[in-house]
Amino acid sequence: MQAMSVQRKKIHPHKYSLWIAMGSITMMFIGFTSAYVVKRAQANWQVFDLPHIFWISTAVILISSGTIQLAVKQFKQRNMQRYKQLITLTAALGVVFAACQCLGFSQLSQRGLPLSGPVSASFIYVIVGMHMLHVLGGVVALLIMFARAYRTRVRVYSAVPIEVASLYWHFVDVLWIYLLVFLSIAR
Amino acid sequence: MSNEATLHSHHEVTHGAAAHDHGNGHDEHHHEDSFISKYVFSMDHKMIAKQFLITGIIWAIVGAGFSVLFRLQLAFPDSTFPFLESILGHWAKGGRITPEAYYALVTMHGTILVFFVLTAGLSGTFSNLLIPLQVGARDMASPFMNMLSYWFFFMASVVMTCSLFVQTGPASGGWTSYPPLSALGDASIGSKIGMDLWLTSMALFVVSQLLGGLNYISTILNMRTKGMSMTKLPLTIWAFFFTAVLGVLSFPVLLSGFILLLFDRHAGTSFYLSELFVAGKALSNEGGSAILYQHLFWFLGHPEVYIIILPAMGMVSEVLAINSRKPIFGYLAMIGSLFAIAILAFLVWAHHMFVTGLNPFLGAFFVLLTLLIAVPSAIKVFNWLTTIWKGSIRFTPGALFSIGFVSTFISGGLTGIWLGNSSIDIHLHDTYFVIAHFHIVMGVSAFFGMFAGIYHWFPKLYGRYLNGTLGYIHFWITLVGAYCIFWPMHYEGMAGMPRRYYDYSNWESFKQFAELNKFISIVVFIVFATQLLFVFNFFYSIFKGRKLTTTNPWDATTLEWTTPIHPGHGNWPGEIPEVHRWAYDYSKDGKDFIPQTVPLGPDETAH
Repeated sequence: MQAMSVQRKKIHPHKYSLWIAMGSITMMFIGFTSAYVVKRAQANWQVFDLPHIFWISTAVILISSGTIQLAVKQFKQRNMQRYKQLITLTAALGVVFAACQCLGFSQLSQRGLPLSGPVSASFIYVIVGMHMLHVLGGVVALLIMFARAYRTRVRVYSAVPIEVASLYWHFVDVLWIYLLVFLSIAR
Repeated sequence: MSNEATLHSHHEVTHGAAAHDHGNGHDEHHHEDSFISKYVFSMDHKMIAKQFLITGIIWAIVGAGFSVLFRLQLAFPDSTFPFLESILGHWAKGGRITPEAYYALVTMHGTILVFFVLTAGLSGTFSNLLIPLQVGARDMASPFMNMLSYWFFFMASVVMTCSLFVQTGPASGGWTSYPPLSALGDASIGSKIGMDLWLTSMALFVVSQLLGGLNYISTILNMRTKGMSMTKLPLTIWAFFFTAVLGVLSFPVLLSGFILLLFDRHAGTSFYLSELFVAGKALSNEGGSAILYQHLFWFLGHPEVYIIILPAMGMVSEVLAINSRKPIFGYLAMIGSLFAIAILAFLVWAHHMFVTGLNPFLGAFFVLLTLLIAVPSAIKVFNWLTTIWKGSIRFTPGALFSIGFVSTFISGGLTGIWLGNSSIDIHLHDTYFVIAHFHIVMGVSAFFGMFAGIYHWFPKLYGRYLNGTLGYIHFWITLVGAYCIFWPMHYEGMAGMPRRYYDYSNWESFKQFAELNKFISIVVFIVFATQLLFVFNFFYSIFKGRKLTTTNPWDATTLEWTTPIHPGHGNWPGEIPEVHRWAYDYSKDGKDFIPQTVPLGPDETAH
């Protein structure tokens, strides 16, 4: 371990990598939203209301951000039982969020705005859908954390993995808020 | 860092500088490596570098081989070559390449060389090899992600290879894959399954680049050894850093463009499509804009050319300083110009779109920003020239290729000033002038930088030298050949000869170039054969090359030469050396060179 301390590390490299990855994911959504802006300025742009269920999913993802924050706290206090419950709850809320988004999609298409309909609707499907995939990626990460917490042979004491996971979770939360505000204003 | 802990739980305490004397690092390597974990799913950055390099070499042979085939068509449009039919089957019926095959070859030549060779093969190889070794780290920030980066590239390669063998052929709408041609399967046979495989392969490739780029940035910023401040880093590392930043910020935008394209192809959306007729039938798509794709594509596409050239610039800076036995001239100016290029890279994409109906007022800004790139580029050229000026130059093959890089970068860069002007671009766009410009400034230069890197760091990769005589033959034929191939294309382009055409013999205005095209093609065949000579040299030298007897064959100052000749996983058998000075103390205080690990003398100040 002596050789390790030789290297200066202010922030854990994995956390650092995640910050850069968040920048990268942000660029992808900037790509989508700027395409949206460019397209909106052109002719034949159809305006419609967002599905109301998106507001419910917003509440769900906000709550899940709270639960994962509590999970980190419980992990640091070594309350492993509470920790496991909280990450399970967070993952479940992630799945509920995705389900709400899918319901939103079906509401849209029932209103005569299918994926292959007007471009303004297609954008909703693609942007919201890509965001949903990122949330589900977070769910997979939480499931891995969950499996790790049940291992009896190896005990994990480093809080870095759960901190990385919670940082990512907050990120997809903030990203959703940005997308919702963007899609509500730039209609 | 868990990997460090495992790597180094058994370290013996040796002084950093004493690592010079260790002949063999393998003894330090306690945990057993199976063949699979050492050579296939390796997490050692040096092995991953070799994997990138060899995969890149294979792709380079394929991609350049394609150019040989289509140059055959351009040189001898009326002749038939029966052997082509035995290679390409119905794509060359009767020994003449069909128009469909010609477009497929051109498209694949561009895709393979831009992405698979000059992005993955160049920056993948040398970022992996040099970042941990030169910053003084045991491995990357995340060796696992680094391994994934290679295997995503490998999967992308497999999918692209499959696309070459499907019945309707690979993508053939140009390496840029503009819609509507790329969005409509009925538009051409190259827009069918081949296009889907192309998009899949490129999506995998983007993932590979992101995983790699994250690691490079994180390693450079977090894993530097004690004393290695950012301004003590060799310029190679600065170049890899900006390359990774460009990739991480621009590849995702390309991915979003591809995702929209995939939806247009398969889900009936109309992001890029509007009011189109295919084979006499009107399509229902309405409201899309094909120009939107071009914006998204070139927002990556332009940074991409700097992703290709910056690593070459960094390696050339390093190789030139070492082989002129002089400090690099204007170290901070070199970093500043890399930074300026990285910023400007994001602000010039629309100069690829001057003739798409872009608002001329907007175009004026893009002209200005484009021409501004000449300033940092000129600073770099000036500094390279002043670095070798009055140096005691050792003309190793690596040094020659570096000087060749400066030459081609100047002559290719100057024509960029022409093309950057939107008014001249009206005449020159989509002509051979553009081909000549970007092949010299980006293709040939980046290859020269890559060759310089391979000749220079081959001893670090394999503990042996590449054959020098073959290296000199390789250099001179490639340099002269590259100019013979691309110089005449400027004239063809100025005369208005358009690119991507299958046969020019029907045009009265271009008939005059028939013999010139023949000349270019014959040079292409010679230069291609010379590259095969290099490939032979490469593989022969891995096994039979002259063995290294010293850890520091080029008398260089940087940290990679303080590792044993065959470094194990973890690079330094003892402690990681501490750094006390910058990387360019050559011919200082009567000494030929002072390694970075030597502490400053009492009457010495840091540079």
